[in-house]
Amino acid sequence: MAVTPENCRDTVIAEVLERYPREASSMIAVLQDLQEELRYLPREVLDRVAVTLGTPRTQVYHVATFYKAFSLKPRGKHTISICRGTACHVKGVEKIADMLRALLEVEEGETTGDGLFTVQSVRCLGCCSLAPAIMIDREVYGQVTPARLGKIVKQYRKESAND
Amino acid sequence: MIETPAQLAELRASARKILLNGRPKALVGMATCGLATGALRVHEALLAASERRDSSLLVCETGCNGACFLEPLVDVVLPGQARITYANVTPEDAEELVASALEGTVYAKRALARSNAEFFLIEDFSSPYGNADLAPEVEKVPLYSQVPFFRDQMHLAMRNCGLIDPASLDEYIAKGGYAAASKALTEMAPEEIIAAIKRSGLRGRGGGGFPTGRKWETCRKAHGEPRYVICNADEGDPGAYMDRAIIEGDPHSIIEGMIIGSYAIGARQGFVYVRQEYPLAVKRIRKALAQAEECGLLGRNIFGSGHDFTIRVNRGAGAFVCGESTALMASLEGRVGEPRAKYIHTVESGLWGKPSCLNNVETWNNVPVIIARGADWFAGIGTEGSKGTKVFSLVGKVNRVGLIEVPMGVSLRKVVEEIGGGIPDGRQFKAIQTGGPSGGCIPAQYLDTPVDFESLTALGSMMGSGGMIVMDDRTCMVDVARYFLGFLKEESCGKCVPCREGTARMLDILTDICEGRGRTGDIELLHDLAEGITDGSLCALGTSAPNPVLTTLKYFESEYRAHVEEHRCPAKVCRALIRYRIDPEKCTGCSLCAAGCPKKVIAGERKKTYTIDQSGCIKCGLCLDACRFDAVVVE
Repeated sequence: MAVTPENCRDTVIAEVLERYPREASSMIAVLQDLQEELRYLPREVLDRVAVTLGTPRTQVYHVATFYKAFSLKPRGKHTISICRGTACHVKGVEKIADMLRALLEVEEGETTGDGLFTVQSVRCLGCCSLAPAIMIDREVYGQVTPARLGKIVKQYRKESAND
Repeated sequence: MIETPAQLAELRASARKILLNGRPKALVGMATCGLATGALRVHEALLAASERRDSSLLVCETGCNGACFLEPLVDVVLPGQARITYANVTPEDAEELVASALEGTVYAKRALARSNAEFFLIEDFSSPYGNADLAPEVEKVPLYSQVPFFRDQMHLAMRNCGLIDPASLDEYIAKGGYAAASKALTEMAPEEIIAAIKRSGLRGRGGGGFPTGRKWETCRKAHGEPRYVICNADEGDPGAYMDRAIIEGDPHSIIEGMIIGSYAIGARQGFVYVRQEYPLAVKRIRKALAQAEECGLLGRNIFGSGHDFTIRVNRGAGAFVCGESTALMASLEGRVGEPRAKYIHTVESGLWGKPSCLNNVETWNNVPVIIARGADWFAGIGTEGSKGTKVFSLVGKVNRVGLIEVPMGVSLRKVVEEIGGGIPDGRQFKAIQTGGPSGGCIPAQYLDTPVDFESLTALGSMMGSGGMIVMDDRTCMVDVARYFLGFLKEESCGKCVPCREGTARMLDILTDICEGRGRTGDIELLHDLAEGITDGSLCALGTSAPNPVLTTLKYFESEYRAHVEEHRCPAKVCRALIRYRIDPEKCTGCSLCAAGCPKKVIAGERKKTYTIDQSGCIKCGLCLDACRFDAVVVE
């Protein structure tokens, strides 16, 4: 069988579903892994999770829409999380958010046209001593200034162009 | 394998020899705060510099000792002399740092503090790094007890943070780790352990402050099998991050606390529910669990006591409400995190309807200390109603930001002025926010209040999980209230109407006030809504949701009135009520403001003056930060 994006994705899904016991309590962990692998949760994947774990589809949909970690729309290659913790608020993270909106020309929750970045708010990254902070994928950037933000975004764009 | 107390003691003795083995050692603080400020590059540079010299210097990783404002931090152990803490280390410092470590001297440029001995809190003894005369350069470095940030601190919960490699089980054991579990499981009856925890006065560190011993006792006596113990590591309060630091710096301490708790309660299965926003913490706790399982500290017949216990890690999926115990348990069951009414307590009917004992990271981490040092020793620290120490994250507009651990009962003033070093840029202290979104803002006239559960509650705030956000005169208290309500509206799970709709309406009113549309009667309306939300919500998120508004109204009503009646923001924060202008007298035409303007609405000619087109200005204030000549004015 030829390796196509479809059957490659199929293998990934099957692998994730094998990682956990087939019971309702595995649902969040399964969806988290799928979200990470696929960068979003397409409808047919939710259906498959429901069948595999033996739970009603409504319950899978309920969970997938309740938690902020899940997205039903494709996310960009990199997720930029703006910390909305108290320390970051007091230290002016709003300015960083303004700058980010201007740099990427997207609103929060949206993905850039080139599919490179999705911008989101998170409640607190727990890096309050580094406020204002943002996280790109799993990398935390502290004491972000507008100038530094520009450099960081440029770096990611450059790396992506080289890929 | 560690199957008996004797085997643990043997391993401790050999691991301690290695820990204190007399080779120079450099420990790089590599918790999230360190990594974000470049600790990885410092670590690499130290390794490279050490290899180039073919030296005996050990370069290791460690967690964060709390001085986050000085990251990247490197501790160097000079055999025969001292342990020196270096601050703000850069990769460029590596050569000289390694050279000084090998020569047994000090790299003075970055030296911050020193300690003369390795302290073993669990056994209450210290082992001097050496007894030779100190080199004069070493002697010049102040002792920890002389450095204002550390002077008044007492590290119980953070006993190993920044001192051991969190990925090394041996180092944890060398510091006395698992000795308390070994003692509890082999020498104490479950009832004795519960009695000790009760006598110690330990109260939950996650927010509620419920007496831990009583919780354990009720859970032990509850009917139903199996029982569960749960570690709540879904640290949700914005502005608090001690749980992350403890998991990243000392993950085994939580496992040990849970082993003791599970034995006391009679549980065989435990869960750690940790936020997925903390990827490093997830990695560290998973690794620690694997190590503990591998050597038999988890699993069957622990220490030959007949007690079986295993722990599973679940990652939170981004919902603040899951820090609430019933919501967290629903989430563990794979459902949405909606709290339920607690007529029946979770200790009796929790996870899958079984008796479940949930405690916070810092609470679990305190347990081994109490067992090892004794309940009376622990109860000797703190105040009448609040025993022991508490870790606080001191952040916001304060000079020294970081994690501090102090005995309960120290004053807010000591925390802000002495440990925190006061407010930056010579500004005025305005308020300190404690207790997360359920807490409140405490104004300057109450700075002498002792920090304990009762005193903070009396002021309308609370201890919460230990966030302390300092605010200066450039912080608008109405904006702060609006910020918290925005947060709570977003995080309300939606189950109770008063919380779901009430927080949204309060937010509408506060937004109106901040944007100059405040009307007479708004303040009274906020009070009314607050009462309704408090009375009509099930969980603590809802019942305490109005607190940020109530405390700011209580202490800063004049600021609300200025917004409502005069459409003026005294702190010059609320964007609709201010405007930015460039003073032509001061403008040098350097163009820095124009270059940094995200909306490109600043125009002018170089070396002449620049002006802001008010129609397109979003009032982000970046021009104000960019200007080096104080030419940008807020009015």
